[in-house]
Amino acid sequence: MTTTAPEKDERYHGLTAEQIEKLGEELDALRQRIIADLGEADAEYLRKVVKTQRSMEVAGRALFYLPVIGWVPAVACLSISKILDNMEIGHNVMHGQYDFLGDPAFNSRMFDWDTVCPGEQWKYSHNYIHHTFTNIVGKDRDVGYGILRMDPDQKWHPYYLGNPVYAFLLMVLFEWGVAMHDLEVENIVAGKRSLEDNKPLYPGLMKKVKRQALKDYVLFPALTGPLFPLTFAGNATANLIRNIWAFNIIFCGHFPAGVASFSEEETADETRGHWYLRQMLGSANITGSKLMHLMSGNLSHQIEHHLFPDLPARRYPEIAEEVREICERYGLPYNTGRLGKQLFSVFRKIVRYSLPGGTAKVSPVPGPDSVTDDSLAA
Amino acid sequence: MSALITTPTGPTPAGPVGRLLRSRLVAALTTPHGVDRYLERFNPMWAAHEVRARVVSVHRETAGRDTAPVATITLEPTSTWRGHRAGQHVLVGVELPGSARRLTRAFSISSAASVPGEQITLTVRANDDGQVSKYLVREAQPGTIVHLSQAQGEFTLDESPATPTSNHLLFITGGSGITPAMSMVRTLLRDGYDGKAGRKVTFLHYARSPEDQIFADELAAIAEADNDVTVHLRHGDQVFNELELRRLVPDFRHTDTWLCGPAGLVDLVRDAYTGPDGELSPRLRMEFFKPAVARAAQPGEAVEGEVSFTRSGTTVAADGASLLEQAEAAGLSPEYGCRMGICFTCTRTKTSGTTRNVLTGEESSLPDEEIRICVTSAAGDCHVDL
Repeated sequence: MTTTAPEKDERYHGLTAEQIEKLGEELDALRQRIIADLGEADAEYLRKVVKTQRSMEVAGRALFYLPVIGWVPAVACLSISKILDNMEIGHNVMHGQYDFLGDPAFNSRMFDWDTVCPGEQWKYSHNYIHHTFTNIVGKDRDVGYGILRMDPDQKWHPYYLGNPVYAFLLMVLFEWGVAMHDLEVENIVAGKRSLEDNKPLYPGLMKKVKRQALKDYVLFPALTGPLFPLTFAGNATANLIRNIWAFNIIFCGHFPAGVASFSEEETADETRGHWYLRQMLGSANITGSKLMHLMSGNLSHQIEHHLFPDLPARRYPEIAEEVREICERYGLPYNTGRLGKQLFSVFRKIVRYSLPGGTAKVSPVPGPDSVTDDSLAA
Repeated sequence: MSALITTPTGPTPAGPVGRLLRSRLVAALTTPHGVDRYLERFNPMWAAHEVRARVVSVHRETAGRDTAPVATITLEPTSTWRGHRAGQHVLVGVELPGSARRLTRAFSISSAASVPGEQITLTVRANDDGQVSKYLVREAQPGTIVHLSQAQGEFTLDESPATPTSNHLLFITGGSGITPAMSMVRTLLRDGYDGKAGRKVTFLHYARSPEDQIFADELAAIAEADNDVTVHLRHGDQVFNELELRRLVPDFRHTDTWLCGPAGLVDLVRDAYTGPDGELSPRLRMEFFKPAVARAAQPGEAVEGEVSFTRSGTTVAADGASLLEQAEAAGLSPEYGCRMGICFTCTRTKTSGTTRNVLTGEESSLPDEEIRICVTSAAGDCHVDL
């Protein structure tokens, strides 16, 4: 066995370079198969979700005219509308998942969502920065969003004692946090970015903020006349519910225990296979019902989403079994759990990393000999 | 105010409802999606900005003997349709069954000039390689909804019975190129053109065979009537020749002429209208269609062709590298992100030509297609809006 020792040293997360390339080929083939199958069913699904969202929105706006008894259903409808709009529709459409339809209404370059963050700016930090450099500490600004310490490799500072408070504030103000994310305030504080760099972003951001605020906090309340305060409060509540839900789902995507982070050095010369491997190791799923997957925009299948960000999200559940099987064969962890379990794990991290130190609890990889070419062929 | 109205030129449907739906208030209430995204939920024919149309009828013009069959499709547009001038074309978007993809193609309008909200007709040949035209001719049913643009194009008839000139008008068309000219002649006749003003109209048309002749009955009736419109139909092997045109219209180079047809006809007529000085007569108006696409290279075969970055006016030889790399090598600096096809930052429009997706190997010759240039290479000649 001594002859294979040097090769063992080259193993990365238990896999040889060849095995990583083979992993990439398998995933490319899977992707190819789904792309060839895209068509009417995907279009129908999207249109059905959009129809539901628009109906919920119209119903929500209308129910505010029903004093007292209409308020709770109105807030419920509007919250569902905003959650569907942002997650299953907006996030996914702006990933280009439905560009293949050729419908301008669902084109990633034209779509914008019902939140204060302009889609145009979000696409840069999310589709490009986060999805390309996923979990690379120092490159992926979604590691702690520039506010939190979520990884032991982030240098501790007394500021982080407030980690739980910042996380709570980010949760209730989530849409504002997402909108501000592109201003890279942490990089300005660190001197890596100048205020000047943000100037081109202000007009688009202000325009979107004004439009969203005018709609939810002035016009729709004013249209309900004397019920203005109730409608105002209702719209604010719907935005808040959406904020809390979206925050919780999104924090379960990369922060539960066992999810790996990476250094800039180890990812400097990545192949496509390595990139896939990083996406698998750096993401976590949430188990749940069909409704749960819909309301999370299928981000409950974060692993599948990170492997194939431009495939329609409705396809993630159907390929999840296969991805899981691939993980098993390659001896890779497939991080998944109920929402409660994943959230608790995230909460522990938020508290733990508010204090100095900490070690990453990456899921153990099997011994170097357990993944062999024979086991892969199985 | 104008910022909220997508296309501020031309009249828009009046009426208090239309004005309200296009108001700033409604735009502010329906942001960011816009009012049309809500109206369509209730009725696909309700629109405040976009134009759609319902197919009223599909009428076979020819069964197709030497060419593919032709049908006239009557469309009832939404109230947002601003009408058209004779000779204009419209972009028609259809969602093809199966793939669910929306494809958009330009078609000349064959009916007489229309006013806002009026019905229009398209006369379409079901070309073998034309997915949209095949769908319109063979599969569209009364009730089918299609997407439209407003009418566009400057290949139009400026003359009307009210125009105080005695200009001779000449139409030279081939095959389905007859449609814009038919719209013009129909407009003249509908609007009371009687030829008594001493204005002549000459209509010279080339078709493959009598069976493939579009509008045969109507053209016969027009030729028959006392209207000073003369119709000359040429079938089969009779190709355009200058001598014949000179016999019909001796002074053709100084006659207002509208030309629309296949490339072969267009070339011959252009030559005829080019004087001894090499100048093309300014009286000749032509309708251009997109040039044919070069054959795509097979995988592994050396790529032959030219990549034109149309916005910058740069042309380079296709070398198999991604269009992003080719553009950068040519000194352009297109926007990009991941360079691996996931972030869509580099998406641009390929206006024509054949490209290959380097991830899937899939080739596509669709015009006006959005491509991610970091994972797309040229597979022949292609034009990219860059």
